[in-house]
Amino acid sequence: MDSNEATTSESVSKKKGKTKKVKRKVKHDEAPVQEMEQAEGEETEKKSESGPCFPPTFSVSEIKNKQRRHSMFLKLKEEKRKKKKKERKALGDKAPPKEVPKTIENQRIYDETTVNPEDEEVAFDEGTDEFSAYFNRLTNPKVLITTSDRPRGRTVRFCEQLATVIPHAHVYYRRGLALKRVIPQCVSRGFTYLMVINEDRKVPNGLVLCHLPDGPTAHFKVSNVRLRKEMKRRGKDPTEHVPEVILNNFTTRLGHSIGRMFAALFPHDPQFVGRQVATFHNQRDFIFFRFHRYIFKNEKKVGIQELGPRFTLKLRSLQKGTFDSKFGEYEWVHKVRSKSKISFTIYKNTFKYA
Amino acid sequence: MQHDDVIWDLIGNKSFCSYKVKTKTQQFCRNEYNITGLCNRSSCPLANSQYATVREEKGLCYLYMKVIERAAFPARMWEKVKLDRNYAKALEQIDENLIYWPRFIRHKCKQRLTKITQYLIRIRKLTLKRQRKLVPLSRKVERREKRREEKALIAAQLENAIEKELLDRLKQGTYGDIYNFPIHAFDKAMEKQEEDTESEEEEEEDEEESGTREFVAEDEFEESDLSDFEDMNNLKGSSDEEEDDEEVSSEEEETEEELEEEKTKAKSKGKAPLKGPIRKKRAYVEIEYEQETEPAQKSKAT
Repeated sequence: MDSNEATTSESVSKKKGKTKKVKRKVKHDEAPVQEMEQAEGEETEKKSESGPCFPPTFSVSEIKNKQRRHSMFLKLKEEKRKKKKKERKALGDKAPPKEVPKTIENQRIYDETTVNPEDEEVAFDEGTDEFSAYFNRLTNPKVLITTSDRPRGRTVRFCEQLATVIPHAHVYYRRGLALKRVIPQCVSRGFTYLMVINEDRKVPNGLVLCHLPDGPTAHFKVSNVRLRKEMKRRGKDPTEHVPEVILNNFTTRLGHSIGRMFAALFPHDPQFVGRQVATFHNQRDFIFFRFHRYIFKNEKKVGIQELGPRFTLKLRSLQKGTFDSKFGEYEWVHKVRSKSKISFTIYKNTFKYA
Repeated sequence: MQHDDVIWDLIGNKSFCSYKVKTKTQQFCRNEYNITGLCNRSSCPLANSQYATVREEKGLCYLYMKVIERAAFPARMWEKVKLDRNYAKALEQIDENLIYWPRFIRHKCKQRLTKITQYLIRIRKLTLKRQRKLVPLSRKVERREKRREEKALIAAQLENAIEKELLDRLKQGTYGDIYNFPIHAFDKAMEKQEEDTESEEEEEEDEEESGTREFVAEDEFEESDLSDFEDMNNLKGSSDEEEDDEEVSSEEEETEEELEEEKTKAKSKGKAPLKGPIRKKRAYVEIEYEQETEPAQKSKAT
């Protein structure tokens, strides 16, 4: 019986090269299992004799042995695929167009607030909003990074690494000062940005980004913070050169204003000698931050190496003035959807992505 | 009848007192009117018919007094006196109300008043400072967001996106002349020039022949040098006749291209380390290396 099963199992799974495993399994077989496998053995014998033709009432799901079932299923799939390819080829031009799989990005309904680059209204707004001073090259960014009360080691290190990534950034210890008092002091010392990293349970989990001469305040949720020493295959520490900035997928009005906020963190003229690039990539409302060093191997290939910390942000609220949680005027607040079932398409109409 | 000792005998030691909390080293009394908070013979409000406490309500301190005369009227048992907000005056008030009372109770009342005022001051100070607001996280929402973030990360394909963006910027020329690759525009220009030369050759072969007769002499030179490289050309499967013809035409192309290359090189800022095919084309200028690039050019010409 054992030898019989061995042979049948071998014939079935020859191609897959799982003979070793099946043999081992056969060794472990006990009496009751053997009976079932005998029955299967008969079936598999039939199969092996008749090749790809199966008895009419047989389906792959009836095989009890998981490995064999899996291998039979894969074979079945491959045959189907080949058949389909043949048919497609045979049809030639008349073949129906290849189906594109549905993704969330495909299915998104068009957001009316998407920014059209030639839009006059948007251009006018951008000419007169709080970042116009930066974009007209009147001010240079100067960032103050601080934390919430009593930061733990991880947050402190994160702040330090952020300060190396963002040029002209200074880290200050928060001695229990109220933000409302910190802000006028910052303004008087010429800072353009205030970044407060909130901490919870020894891990940074929030970021308040406040543009200083009464600019908008954005509150983000921070997640997946990875410090430099936790990065795999990372490069050397970033140099003092001003990095380039890449902002991806900030398409709607709200996204556009957030994108400008991030852009205004960095000085205008990147030093290409440094070959460093900071990326803010928006995907489905999550903003991924990465810091890389790139090198062009030829005109079609570029190699990138990740340095620096990485984290993801999710916008929670955008407030018009400087930080004022009680009396501030909120432009946008993330509302957690209610329990009612909303259709898939409406869900995908997220705020920043087209 | 109020037999304090009997009461204490029962609740203190022998029997049960519902206000008593026992720990390893000490016994506490949970009675709200207890002045010290410990379970003692002198601190127990049940076992003392004459008793006084200081309690605080909404930021105001009150003195509570109990006397044996009112022991039969539980509703009126405790006399409540509002103490002054001023600490010193409140102390005087206590003294005034508890005159002739046992020293222990007076002392403990004042101590309790001190403690209460201290913590009231602290509360007021803290409310002026920043308050930490605890925002509850919904576990389900957090779980969902985490999963969505993972999926978004996969969908983002960050490295591809970044590389694409960098290459786009290189093409657009934001990096200026820092990188000396033969950029696509340059390649296209080269291809166009090759096509032009081919067309020109077809139209005006005579003129070209006359113009390049000088070079033909050099070509002969090359042909002799080429003898070593005939094998290479044979490997590529082209006959000798074809080679000769193609050599002539390709060399003509080469020469024209050389001229054009020199012009373009002059236009470019002449940076030293040129990479890629430009290097090879530069080698064309030296006769020795012209042969190497012939096969490559043949492929382009065809």
